[in-house]
Amino acid sequence: METTYIGKPVLRNEDERLLTGQALFTDDVHLPGMLHVAFVRGEYAHARILKVDASAARRRPGVIAVFTAEDLGSYWKPGPLLVPPPPIERLVFNQRTQVPLAKDKLRHYGEAVAAIVAESRYLAEDAIADVIVEVEPLDAVVDLEKALDPGAPLIHEGLNSNLAAHVIQEKGDYHSVFPGADVVIKKRLLYDRGTAAAMENRGVVAQWDAASQQLTVWDTTQAPIPIRNGLARMLGLSESQVRVVAPFIGGGFGPKIMMFYPEEVLIPWIAMQLKRPVKWIEDRWENFFATTQERGQVHEAEIALSADGRILGVKDVFLHDTGAYDPYGLTVPINSQCTLLGPYSVPNYYSEFKAVFTNKPIVTPYRGAGRQHGVFVMERLLDFAAKELNIDRAEIRRKNYLSPEDFPHNHQIIYQDFAPLVYDSGNYSPALDKALEMIGYEKFIREEQPRLRVEGKHAGIGIVSYVEGTGIGPYEGARVTVEASGKVCLATGVGTQGQGHFTAFAQVVAEQLGVDVKDIRVVTGDTREFNWGTGTFASRGAVVAGNACHAAARMVRGKILRLAGEIFQTPEEDLILEGGRVYPRNAPQKALSLGELAARANPLRGAVKPGTEPGLEATAYFGPERGCTASGVHALILEVDPLTMMVEIQRYVVVHDCGRVINPMILEGQIHGGVAQGIGNAFYEQLVFAPNGQLLNASFMDYLLPTASEVPNVENAHVETPSPLNPLGVKGAGEAGAIPTGALFAQAIEDALREYDLEICEIPLSPNRLFELVKERVPQNIEVTLATNEH
Amino acid sequence: MAERIQISVRVNHTLFEREVESQLLLSDFLRHELELTGTHVGCEHGVCGACTVLLNGEAVRSCLMLAVQADGQEITTVEGMASPALAGALHPLQAAFKEAHGLQCGFCTPGFLMTLIPFLKNHPDPTEAEIRQALSGNICRCTGYQNIVKAVQLAAKRMAQSA
Ligand code: FES
Ligand code: FES
Repeated sequence: METTYIGKPVLRNEDERLLTGQALFTDDVHLPGMLHVAFVRGEYAHARILKVDASAARRRPGVIAVFTAEDLGSYWKPGPLLVPPPPIERLVFNQRTQVPLAKDKLRHYGEAVAAIVAESRYLAEDAIADVIVEVEPLDAVVDLEKALDPGAPLIHEGLNSNLAAHVIQEKGDYHSVFPGADVVIKKRLLYDRGTAAAMENRGVVAQWDAASQQLTVWDTTQAPIPIRNGLARMLGLSESQVRVVAPFIGGGFGPKIMMFYPEEVLIPWIAMQLKRPVKWIEDRWENFFATTQERGQVHEAEIALSADGRILGVKDVFLHDTGAYDPYGLTVPINSQCTLLGPYSVPNYYSEFKAVFTNKPIVTPYRGAGRQHGVFVMERLLDFAAKELNIDRAEIRRKNYLSPEDFPHNHQIIYQDFAPLVYDSGNYSPALDKALEMIGYEKFIREEQPRLRVEGKHAGIGIVSYVEGTGIGPYEGARVTVEASGKVCLATGVGTQGQGHFTAFAQVVAEQLGVDVKDIRVVTGDTREFNWGTGTFASRGAVVAGNACHAAARMVRGKILRLAGEIFQTPEEDLILEGGRVYPRNAPQKALSLGELAARANPLRGAVKPGTEPGLEATAYFGPERGCTASGVHALILEVDPLTMMVEIQRYVVVHDCGRVINPMILEGQIHGGVAQGIGNAFYEQLVFAPNGQLLNASFMDYLLPTASEVPNVENAHVETPSPLNPLGVKGAGEAGAIPTGALFAQAIEDALREYDLEICEIPLSPNRLFELVKERVPQNIEVTLATNEH
Repeated sequence: MAERIQISVRVNHTLFEREVESQLLLSDFLRHELELTGTHVGCEHGVCGACTVLLNGEAVRSCLMLAVQADGQEITTVEGMASPALAGALHPLQAAFKEAHGLQCGFCTPGFLMTLIPFLKNHPDPTEAEIRQALSGNICRCTGYQNIVKAVQLAAKRMAQSA
């Protein structure tokens, strides 16, 4: 299809503001008379609260107020359940959601106990030490495998165990596979916790204007509209009295859509109580436990195959750590359960998980949102099977790919969007071929690796496949308006955290209206501008909001052509719309600018035809019947230094298929960033909790984020299999980069250290951990190796 | 109450005279007293580099300095990068970041820009390894650094041509 703007690497509209320091982030909001909040946070992961005494803090000069759970009165309520569990038979779900301020009990380290409001943040922080929190410490549940032990301490009253959920999903009959199975491989696989660590911490600023009875809230949220609706309900205001602005946001990656964080509930309420603007900005230390985290699963997985490497069935039983509360329902473990099936034909599948409460920060989706766990399990099982059956790693994957005729493919289990897991479209072998070719797979294995080995170098290659369920519903909307200046305004509800919405959505509209992308002003994330929608999550912006923009732009295009047709007395199909002007094909000299046309569509005097809508404006919504499935292949060559166990990545190839591409430059950027986070997850980042539930590495000194020295250049290629589920044919791409990296690292490291015959069944790794794994394998030899290498 | 001290600091060529508390961080002084909010704060413990500004032309972390330590000094923030002579046109480095898609959320970007100005002055023709080394004290969680490296290469080339 011939396009002018879609599919082009258009430079971003938002960059200038960001590059010159003009873009407004939440902490940049300054209001006259603004007060500042600091939170007193519990210093135990599990404890009974006996007494909170804030009297000394209240007396401190500069402190305006201190609020404890008691002081909230009837406003104190556990938060709503953000995502109810999907309709799966026999499902057990115990809802326990977070509270605005801890009342009787602390359930994870750093839970907020009191809010101190002062004239400055410095004063508020000084007053934290004045608040006395008397507690009776309790044993903490930290190890998720011990959470369900009969004697485990109970985290929530009213439950007789720490079970948060129990879900079984089945396809076919796994047990039927055994008579035909030539090989059965069974492994225990671990995936530990990490944190999104967006560069901008969270924050909320609220202003109550008593004169106009309006509440304005600036919030680092990925979902301003639901936040507005919820706040209105909680505060007893009408939705039109509340405006929530998600301004520029310094990275989201999932945790900025929790709804409701305690601070989001409290800051607007405090502003109304005190009738002064109030600001709270999270600091990095708080971000390590007051912001949600992800990962933490233990899988007992089994795969049955025929001798020629065909998958007969997979069985997976896993534990999922949901942290102290479960407001996000089952999204993360259901993603793991569903994504495990990957691009493969798996005729029989048994998957069972238990989600458990632990005394750790809450788990909600972080880029990948549980998908990487499923991919890790499946890809590792395939690697072990390939080895056992002596089949090439790429071939065992290809053998099991769904073929293009298999689509739409129904996996017969329920996905996180409550719909059956049906893949819309896909074509997997071309991406594999492309990745093999780009990384030079054959040549590496046949020539380079043996040569490097002779030189004493431990280089390894990896190749893995994955799918990414993206673009789920329910819906998003957009309003497109051609203004009398000829500029176009596009308003939509989904905020941006760096994904380039100001540009990609503008491209979609530009395509229909024939105006320059620069002339389209996009407003997102402000409920005053657009107030229907759900938010930016699950790689859905381009799919759901993108198609709403497309639909609204088509409607405006229709209006332009109708009006111009009347003016020019020309059939619509003979009109050309380009360069911000419209004209009859054979009379370009008559061209009218869209601005003139907009003015005519909005006359100040005279009569209009009955039923005429004013202006060149339209609002449209898009809700897909279900999500669309993107896919891809990552390949990697790395070298391990056996002395330090440091890993150096030499090549990293991504071949990705997310349907039709709106802006390849932005798409590649998303992939680069995802891969960097995946690398961090695979080899550098790990949250370390002490047995008492205290996080031991809550700073950037101790929690290692990859830097420019660790992250390689990523070589990208695209395959385009359009989605039939939306008019643009797009699929989401936000999480793909981060999903298969752990599995890829494990495979390539095993390959590089082949002589130790490692079986890597856990992520994250680290040089230390790798050293231990090697040592477990060959207790004596490693010293020898090290000694040899030293000389 | 903390002691208040009179300071005078030149920021982006403008002289500011203020009385500040001795404990006030330079980052907070710039952001909240002068409302120059282009300088961002990502960690307040000196690791992420988001708060980097120029102190007498050298890149420093404003979260690790007190405002009083800047007394009598000259500071440049991202707001002062585009040359007034060019009527607010983007500095070649800023333009290169845009062209190479070296930013996504843009939160880390001012810190990267400020780190790179003195670097490019000292390394007009840097290798990729030198660039990566120079960037390694700044964290970006969005871009994977690849396009930042590209932006620096592009800027170096342009700046060499116009020099
Ligand atoms: S905020 Fe100063 S280095 Fe992170
Ligand atoms: S662009 Fe978001 S942190 Fe760098």
